[in-house]
Amino acid sequence: MSKYYVNKFLFTVDRNPEYLQRYKEDPRSFVATWEQSIGPCLNEVERFTVNGFTPEEREALINHDYVALFEMGAHFFLSLTIFIAIYDEDYMRRNGPLSFQREFAARLQHWNGKDYPTVAL
Amino acid sequence: MATLAAVLATTHHPFYLKATTAPVEEQIPQAAEWKRKVEAYRETLTRAEPDILVMVGADHFHQFFLDNYPTFLIGKAARYDATFYNEEREFGLPKYVLEGHEDLSRFMHQGLMDRGFDFSFSHELKIDHSIICPIITTRPQADLPIVPIYTNIFAPPLPSPRRFWELGRAIREVIDAYPSDKRIAAVGSGHLSLELGGPRQFGEHGPDPEFDVKAIEWLANGDIDAILENVTHESMSRSGNATHGFMDLILMMGIAGPQHKAAHVDSLDLFHTREAYLTWYPEEGRA
Repeated sequence: MSKYYVNKFLFTVDRNPEYLQRYKEDPRSFVATWEQSIGPCLNEVERFTVNGFTPEEREALINHDYVALFEMGAHFFLSLTIFIAIYDEDYMRRNGPLSFQREFAARLQHWNGKDYPTVAL
Repeated sequence: MATLAAVLATTHHPFYLKATTAPVEEQIPQAAEWKRKVEAYRETLTRAEPDILVMVGADHFHQFFLDNYPTFLIGKAARYDATFYNEEREFGLPKYVLEGHEDLSRFMHQGLMDRGFDFSFSHELKIDHSIICPIITTRPQADLPIVPIYTNIFAPPLPSPRRFWELGRAIREVIDAYPSDKRIAAVGSGHLSLELGGPRQFGEHGPDPEFDVKAIEWLANGDIDAILENVTHESMSRSGNATHGFMDLILMMGIAGPQHKAAHVDSLDLFHTREAYLTWYPEEGRA
């Protein structure tokens, strides 16, 4: 269930500019808020209360640790787009276009040539 | 009966618009060539003089999410908004409102159900870049009503390559049976080899250039036997974690038909992926 919840975090935050800003600026506080009040929402009225992060998942999200998220089987597309939103502009200013995306790839090189962790739920 | 005027199968690169409209001094070296190829490709649709577009795209966690994830979905609305906030942010895509074609959507939905494809459907569907990018490249005036179809290429378990082919064949039958004097074009987008969020992403070209060359050849020749012999979920994973988008190109070839050679075949090796542009004219060949 929690792998689903990690994907739900990435999905809901990536598509909401206010959440994204809060996740970028103060990830520890935002992850706690999300887990308590945003994640359980099914709609404006209904709540689903049985999901939660494992300690490892929570720390990976707090630390923007996309390597750990990849290794846990978080969906690659959700993980890539949210961290591009957070880091791409700063990297581009310092090191040019695609420098964040290439660093992302470089930090995952230990998986090259191996079967990746499955993103199936 | 309606006329299937053209079938277009293309990759959808969300950076095309940004790459070709940036100030010239900021453009990537391939920008001018890219623009030329896309404009030549656009002409293959213009030449077909379509009245309606059946558009096939892959979900990118925009329309669908894992709480309730369809395998195949058809839009049945009178109008469709595009684009999502995170695509404007990341790709610089503009917003659109596209007209729908409700009558063909209803006919298509029923026809596909009758042929064993149990589609999900939506009356409030926002369009994402897998359909908007082909609009930008092949019909930038965005002036034709659309019937949007979305597929799951992202959330395992995925349908097989054969199932995508069979869906293409069923869409073809439904278009052929549509009681109308309209000219319909089918425009669909997918990927060749592609890696996103993995160790092979954003290299100098796609993660498996050999697959890309073979894949274009199979599509160009309508060689479904070679595709089904060679392309599996496992083989696509070896060619990049997002290569499963190739199945939407198989679907489009299914609409064109087997052993039907494409009239227009072009491609461009870009950073991190190869672009492909194929067009079939069913009126002019066997299908």
